Parts: sequence; C-alpha cells; structure tokens
Amino acid sequence: MNVVLQTLPASLYDVNRVRADFPLLGRKVHGRPLVFLDSAASAQKPVQVIETVKTFYETEYANVHRGAYWLSEQATRRYEGAREKVRAFLNARTAREIIFTRGATESINLVAATWGRATVQAGDEVVLTGLEHHSNIVPWQMLAAEKGIVLKVVPVTEDGRFDWESYETLLSSRTRLVAVAHVSNVLGTILPVQDITAAAHAVGAKVLVDGCQAVPHGVVDVRAIDCDFYVFSGHKLYGPTGIGVLYGREALLRAMPPYQGGGDMIASVSFEGSTWAAPPQKFEAGTPAIAQAVGLAAAIDYVESLGLESIAAHETTVVQYATERLAAIKGVRLLGTAKPKASVISFTLAGVHPHDIATILDREGVAIRAGHHCAQPLMQRFGVSATARASFGLYNTRAEADALADALETVQRIFG
Amino acid sequence: MTDDLRELYQDVILDHGKRPRNRRPLPAANRQAHGHNPMCGDTLTVFLKVDEAGIVREAAFVGEGCAISMASASMMTEILAGKSEAEARALFHAFHTLCTEEEETEVAENLRDDLDRLQVLSGVRQFPVRVKCATLAWHTMVAAIEGHETISTG
Repeated sequence: MNVVLQTLPASLYDVNRVRADFPLLGRKVHGRPLVFLDSAASAQKPVQVIETVKTFYETEYANVHRGAYWLSEQATRRYEGAREKVRAFLNARTAREIIFTRGATESINLVAATWGRATVQAGDEVVLTGLEHHSNIVPWQMLAAEKGIVLKVVPVTEDGRFDWESYETLLSSRTRLVAVAHVSNVLGTILPVQDITAAAHAVGAKVLVDGCQAVPHGVVDVRAIDCDFYVFSGHKLYGPTGIGVLYGREALLRAMPPYQGGGDMIASVSFEGSTWAAPPQKFEAGTPAIAQAVGLAAAIDYVESLGLESIAAHETTVVQYATERLAAIKGVRLLGTAKPKASVISFTLAGVHPHDIATILDREGVAIRAGHHCAQPLMQRFGVSATARASFGLYNTRAEADALADALETVQRIFG
Repeated sequence: MTDDLRELYQDVILDHGKRPRNRRPLPAANRQAHGHNPMCGDTLTVFLKVDEAGIVREAAFVGEGCAISMASASMMTEILAGKSEAEARALFHAFHTLCTEEEETEVAENLRDDLDRLQVLSGVRQFPVRVKCATLAWHTMVAAIEGHETISTG
C-alpha cells in the first residue's frame, strides 16, 4: 500500500504512518493483504487504544465511585477523565451531560424509555427519517405501541437527501421529538442537523441526533447543533466495543426518570423507598464499562492527534477516488450520490447479488458489507433487498480503492 | 480467482442462479411456506402440490436472493417432482450434511443420482456464512411439508 496523496502534503497526513498504528491492518486474509472497507460497521483499533486498555488493567484497575483506597480513586479519576474527554470532544457544557452507555443503541433506548415514557401521550408525534438505522426506529416503535403515539417519516429523495419540504409539513404542535441520523450509515448523506433542530425547536419539539457515522469523520459540536440529545458508539470511533455515549441537555437529564435501577445510581436506599443520584450517575446503574471508557478516551486522543479536519480531508479524497473508479464499472449503480457525503459508498452490480459480491471480494482480501445494513426501510425506498457497502476510515488508501474496483472486475468475470 | 471460488461458483450454479427454474407462484399448491434468512434479508416462498398418495407432483418458488440461494431453490424444485414427502425429507437431511460436513453422505439408492446432482453446491462447505444461502429453500420446503407457514434460519 504505497500511496502518496496528491492533494495533501505528506507532512499533513501521512496515511502510511497512520496505518502502522493499526496492527490488524498488517495481516493477510486468504493469502492476500487485508483491504478493510467496513469501518462503518466497526472500526479497527490503533495500538494507542489497545495499549491504554492493557496498561490500565495492568496498573490502575479497580471499581469506580466506591473504594476509599488509592487504586479505586485512581480508576475513578481515569473514568471521570474519560467523561470530561467526551465532553470536550462534543463541546458539551458540562461533563454532567455525558452518560456512558453500552453503545448508541442503548443510548437511544434510554431516551425512549425514560424521557419518552415520561413525556409523550397518545396522539403525540415523533418524526424520523427514511434513512434511519433500525436502532433509531425500533425503540420509537416500541414507545408508539406502548403510548399510542404516531411516527412520521421524512422521505429520502432519489439522490439520497433528506426531503426538507416534507419535513416542514410533518412538523406540528403535536411533534414531541425529531430523531435523525447525523450521517446515513448506508448512503453517507450528511443531514443538516443544525437546521433540522432549529425547525423542530420552533414547534416545541426536542431533537435526538444519532451521530454514530458522524463522529469518526469530522468535528461535532452539540452546542452549535443545539440538539437535545446526541448519541454515538465508541467502537466506530476506533475505540473499544461495549462503550457508547448519550449527550443530553442537563435540565432534561435532571427531569428524566432513571433508566435501570441498581447500585451507583442512587442517593439513598431503604425499603421504604430510594432516591436517585444526580446525572450522570442516575443513568449509570451497576459497575460501568470502566476500561472501555478509558479506551474511548484514548481513541478520542488518537483522532484528535491526527486532527478530525485532516482525517475528513483525507477520507474525502479517497472516497471521491473510489466513487470515480466504481462509477466507471459497467453495471454499477451507486445509491445516494447527493453531497455533502461522508465515508460510505453503497452500490449494486447488475446481475450479481450483493452477498455474492462480498464473498468473492473477501477471497481477494477485500472486506465489505453486504445486506440491508440494519436499514430495511431505506432498502425498500430504493427498491432493493440489499446493497454492497464499502465504508472508509482514516486508514484507507487510494490503492485500496483500486483493490476494490479490481476485485469487482473479478466478480464480473465470474458472473460473465 | 481462487480454487474454492471456482468450486463455489460452478457453471451449473451460475446458470441456475441467473435463470432459476420453476420460479413462479403455484396456484394449485396445497403446501407452502415462507422462508427468511434474517442475516442477509433474503426471503422466499416454496410451493408444493402434493397428491393423495403423498407424492410431490409439482414444486415451485418465488423469491430473490444470491446466486447460491437461487440455484439451490431452482435445483430443489426440479428434483422434488415425483418424490414422496419422506424422500423429500431424506434428501433434505442428506443435502444438509453435504453442505456442512466432509464425510460421504448416506442416502437410499434411488436418491443417489439426485444427491450427486446436488454435489455442485457442496462448495459452500468452504464458506460457512453461505451455508444458509444453500439450505434456505430446503428448510422452507420441509416447513411446508410439516404445515408450518414461516421459517427463519436465524
């Protein structure tokens, strides 16, 4: 993978040096160099994250918020330090607005089960978009079944954009919440979440933004967006699995009932009744994912050391190049060509099912995802049951885009 | 191209995959079931017309999926015509073994040729995630015989 970027000086972004930070990228698959193009599902981990977690377990690990002993205080400092790191990363006002969860899915379920149950009434409306991941659909369907609320869906245009005119007509005084992806996990479309939020607030609705596919690819500022909730998963940001984030406006978090009951989330417990701790502890019952939070902080340090703007610039050149290569292949249909777009290319190849594409590419060392990408409504919108998806991260190169395109030509040779 | 890819995508499979036989609804069917593979989202419906003696007179399917699942469904519908329900089940078990295990598969003498035909799908053994693509139609066929309306391979 010797690639010299044409558009960026190597001193600004040296992708070969970046790749050296990811031990897994050096391995072979089926005797071929691995070309990993599935970072939208889960990103690989840099040695900085792996070593941080290992060293933490070896030298500083204990349970948090409990022991009066030095080691527990030290572990608590690291865990709360990770919370402060996330606060700064999202530009939240205070670390009390940062809740650690298992991942974005749990973050959304938490909001639906606490804020949702306490707030919505029969006849209220929640507005979603047609490009949501199942994790930002199903929790609201469960709330709708329980509370008799109505889900409204903003359609997606043919080129993959959020249909602004429809959105404005769907908003009303009955809208309680607008729940939208910041970046589509299938199309890569970047949604205008700041404008979406302003329009929602104008009718008195709250806004939840699913930022899973946004945080790895650019600077996110929850105060600039002005959303009420923002969620993401650590493992898509080059961090460990089992750790995710819910940002919530402090006043909302204080008013929300707790999520799960247990240790760490209480102020006091007696058999006559218990009282809750203040946020964020109120929403973090039980022993949290301590080392994973520390690992997430290391991942944030890592992407910030490279610079999210430099990462975005690098990825954009690679994705644009890959898009050109794929578009030049006969029979390839690209889904979602609207700009602005982040690091995802979804496509189909005439006469070949995506599953067969993925199997053949895998034998060439190229790992892509095939299927519905947990976004079946969007598949229906485009009249397909599945797509092939190549998603790019900060370590991918133009040479890997070439490997993808070349492997697709192998697919065509096999299928004639 | 690697050898195991060549083994998986043999000409017979590509041919059945592109031009599946018996891919149509069967209004006269008296057994049918809907199969679903939640991993890839593939769905298909298998239709059987079984006579009073328990012999499959006609088999058909509708659905879309990868080359492996289409070829498997296509070949299955061709093979099932004229088989008893018990033979259909026996072939299912033999085919399942063929897709998952290296050992020689035991089957009654009169089904030997059919199993030999299905041998072209045994390439999925080298691709564990694709085994369900090959077996979805067969699972669905057994569900239809047993009177289940839907089956999921999840």
